[in-house]
Order: sequence, then C-alpha cells, then structure tokens
Amino acid sequence: MALSQGHEAQAGVMPAHEKQKTERRQRLPGIPWGSMGLSLLLPVILLGGWELSARFEWVDSHLLPAPTVILQTIFAMAADGSLWQHVGITLYRIFWGFVWGTGAALVLGSLVGMSRYAEAVFDPSIQAIRAIPSLAWVPLFILWLGIGEGSKVTLIAVGVFFPVYLNVIGGIQSVDRKLIEVGRAYGMNTITLIRRIILPASLPSFLVGIRSGLGLGWMFVVAAELMGASQGLGYLLVLGQNTLRPDTILASILLFAVLGKVTDAFLKKLQQRALHWQDSAQQK
Amino acid sequence: MSVIIEQVSRTFGNQTAVRNVSFEAEDGEIVGLLGTSGCGKSTILRAISGLDEGYDGKVNVNGKTSRGVSEDLGIIFQEPRLMPWLTVLDNVCFGLSGDKKEKREKAKALLEKVGLGGFESYYPKQLSGGMAQRTAIARALVTGPDTLLLDEPFSALDAFTKLQLQDLLLQIWETDHPTMIIVTHDIDEALSLCDRIIILKGQPGVVDKNIKLTKTKPRRKGDPELAKLKEDILRSLNTTHSGDEKGA
Repeated sequence: MALSQGHEAQAGVMPAHEKQKTERRQRLPGIPWGSMGLSLLLPVILLGGWELSARFEWVDSHLLPAPTVILQTIFAMAADGSLWQHVGITLYRIFWGFVWGTGAALVLGSLVGMSRYAEAVFDPSIQAIRAIPSLAWVPLFILWLGIGEGSKVTLIAVGVFFPVYLNVIGGIQSVDRKLIEVGRAYGMNTITLIRRIILPASLPSFLVGIRSGLGLGWMFVVAAELMGASQGLGYLLVLGQNTLRPDTILASILLFAVLGKVTDAFLKKLQQRALHWQDSAQQK
Repeated sequence: MSVIIEQVSRTFGNQTAVRNVSFEAEDGEIVGLLGTSGCGKSTILRAISGLDEGYDGKVNVNGKTSRGVSEDLGIIFQEPRLMPWLTVLDNVCFGLSGDKKEKREKAKALLEKVGLGGFESYYPKQLSGGMAQRTAIARALVTGPDTLLLDEPFSALDAFTKLQLQDLLLQIWETDHPTMIIVTHDIDEALSLCDRIIILKGQPGVVDKNIKLTKTKPRRKGDPELAKLKEDILRSLNTTHSGDEKGA
C-alpha cells in the first residue's frame, strides 16, 4: 500500500519537471532571433563602414584592404589550391600537438592525481617547468629538433599539456569520497574503482581542460609557424608582412578565427553530449 | 544471518569515539543503534560494514570473523550516493557483475519492488530525494545480501517520505527477513521498526541500554506501550546531556 502511495506522490513530481522543460523549449526560439539581430547590428555596421571607407579611399587601402578584398584573397587561394595546403598543414600540426599534449597530460595527471608518491615525485618539477613561458622553448626546440614538424608539434604539445594536466589532477582529487566508498562496499579493487567511479566523475574537469588546452594549442601553432615554416596559416602571416600584403595577413587571421571557433564548437558539443547527466546551472 | 559485535572500540588520533561496544543481532532481527549525535553510532556501523578496518575488537558476520567488506552485507547511506552519470537502472546494477541482461532483469524487478517501475531511464538529477533513496535501497538489495546496514537512511527526507520509506523497509523485511542494523537518532523510527534498540551514550560512546521489543509489526504510532518506552529512552538519553534533547 505504501508502495502505490509513494508512486503516486512521485508521479506528481515528474510532470512538473517535464513542464519546465517544455516551457524552456518554447521560450528558446523567441530569444535567438531577437538577440541575434541585436548581436549582429554592431558587426554589420563596422564591416559596412570598413568596406565603404576602403572603397572610397578614406583610409589607405594598401594598409587596410576592404573585407571583400580579403574574401577574394581567400577564394583565390582556394581556387589555386594553396589554401587547402596551408590549412591542412596547420590542422595537422595542431592535431598531433593536441593528441600528444593531451595524452601525456592524461597519463601524468592521472598518476599524480591518484598517488601521493607520484605527486611528491612529479608535481614540483612539472609546476616549475610550467612557470617557464612556453614560447621560451621555441629556440631550443628548433635547435634540437630542427625546423621540421617535430619542433612545431612539440611546442604545441607543451602548450596543450599544462591546462589538461592541471584539470585532470583537479578532477581526480575532487571526486566525492562518498561515491568511492560505495564502490568499496561492493568489494571493488583499485582498477575497477578508477574505471567505474574516478574516471567518469573526473570527466567534466577533463573536458574543461582539453577545451582550454585546444585554445592554447591555436596560440602555439601561430608561434611555431611564425618562426620558421614554409607552409601553414602562421606562415601566411609572415608572408603577408614580407610581401606587403595586408589582405593575406587578414585572410590568415580570419581563417584562424573560423577554425578556432569550429574546433572549439566541436569540443563543446562533445562536452554537452558526454555530460548531459550533470546537474548544473549553466545547462540549457 | 546473525551479526555479533564483541568489545569493539575505535580511536581516531588520541580521541576514543566508542569503547567496548558489544551486542548481537539475531537472524532476521531489526536492531536500532540509537543515540545523540557524536556518540559513535555511525562508527560502529562502519566497523561492521568493513569500510573502516581500524577498530579493536571483533565483528562476526554469519559466523565469520572478518575485517573488510563482505558480499553478505548491503549498505544504505544517509545520502543516496548515486552515480550521477548512470541511469536509475544502471545505478541499481552498479554492484553486480556478470551477464548484462540478467543484471538488468534483476534490477528492474527490484525497482518495481521499491515503487520506481517506469523510472529506469531517469538520471539522478531528475529524481526527488525520496526516489533517490529508493534507488539506493534497490541498489543495496540487488546483490541479495542477508544483512542490511542502514546509516541514518531517512534522516535527510521530509516526514511523509520518511514514513513511506519506513513502510517500504518493513515490506522488504516481511518478504525476505534480512537482518538489519539501523543507525538512527529518531526514537519514533527506532520504535516503529526495531526488534531491539541499543542505546549508545556518552563520549566515548558506550552501550547504555539494550532493549528488546516484542510487539508485532507493523505498530501503531500512538501505541501507549511505545509511548511509555519513548519516555524512558528520552529520560535515559537526557541524564548526561541535559538540554541536548533529540526527540525529533
């Protein structure tokens, strides 16, 4: 009898929850159009002003080419195929730098997060290395690894490493002891505890880490390509400077912005998918 | 089956939490560990569960003296402690190993039993406090333990949900007759559920009284005999800590 009572009482709770959800869904379509129009207003005015002032020669168009000229430059590069080469090699570098940096951070971060001994052994040294501005490594990596892909990928990996490392440790160390106790009560061994409780519980923090890691990765790919590359978006920046072509520089900047946004959106999507269970305030 | 606790003491640093606690829970008996906060009720339960192995004395579960967790025990904590990334069904399956389909069948049957049929695919964040605790009860039952340890299982719930879950617990007891040890600071809860009430008192906590209740369950709330017993218990708890009344 108590069973059915309890069931009814809780059945009443659920519709309220559902209702909230649908309310939100109804409200959402209204907001984007209104706020999106508002958000687009300033960029459209700026771009329009920029285009006009370049067209009517109010500014020196040799220094500040019109937006349409920049787009034309990009289309021209796309037509002769060089665009794909530059974008491809940049993506290749950031991909491998990201993979190595994340991999190393995951292994070391997990060790340091799980074991006090590993923390005592590794963490002070890693923190000391973290204090070095990562760009200071560039000359050394070029000396050691040459100006080929190795030095660039290594530099990017160093950039990606630290935010991921810190977040992995933070995530593992903040796993609720009470949840681990549930696993222990079922007689789980350490490996099973890690796999079934610690890893999933520290996933949110890890995903935040790889997103900020990727952001730093984009910063470091520019640095790596500025210093000694013959291809890549960063190389386009140098090329534009040396050949007095601001349209090439701005095209490269625009491409960086687009690619950075697209890759981050991809990770954000992944984050939302993986963490749909989280009971957090910012969830929409 | 039976649980026998012999001369269990536990010291944290140089502070003794409980001293020389001994009692016995017979097969199928519901034993309540009752006391004011800080008298070491939960410490005793953690020693029995095997989650805490740093105690002195002996804990004997089903004729075996062991230190460490045992499959014969199911534990229900004060908080539901559900894994937020698992659905209700997967949370119930959490402690099981073996064939996936079999596990799910078992878990489904138990969810039905605790009144959560149809909520299998919900996530913990979508559950009310009572539903979450029902899930935790199902999770503790799924391995088929013959002894249940409950650490203030309903103290975080509102009064109505609390009564419903106490009824649920009695129903489970009526079908399977597991031995239960319930830590509680709620005298009414102890009086309506337990066959034996162990009163812990003082700091360090020692056994003050061991009361056997023979009245059949389910018991009426307003029973005069129980009201008298409640008064006795309140009086004995009040002797050392006057004004520290826990009549809730």
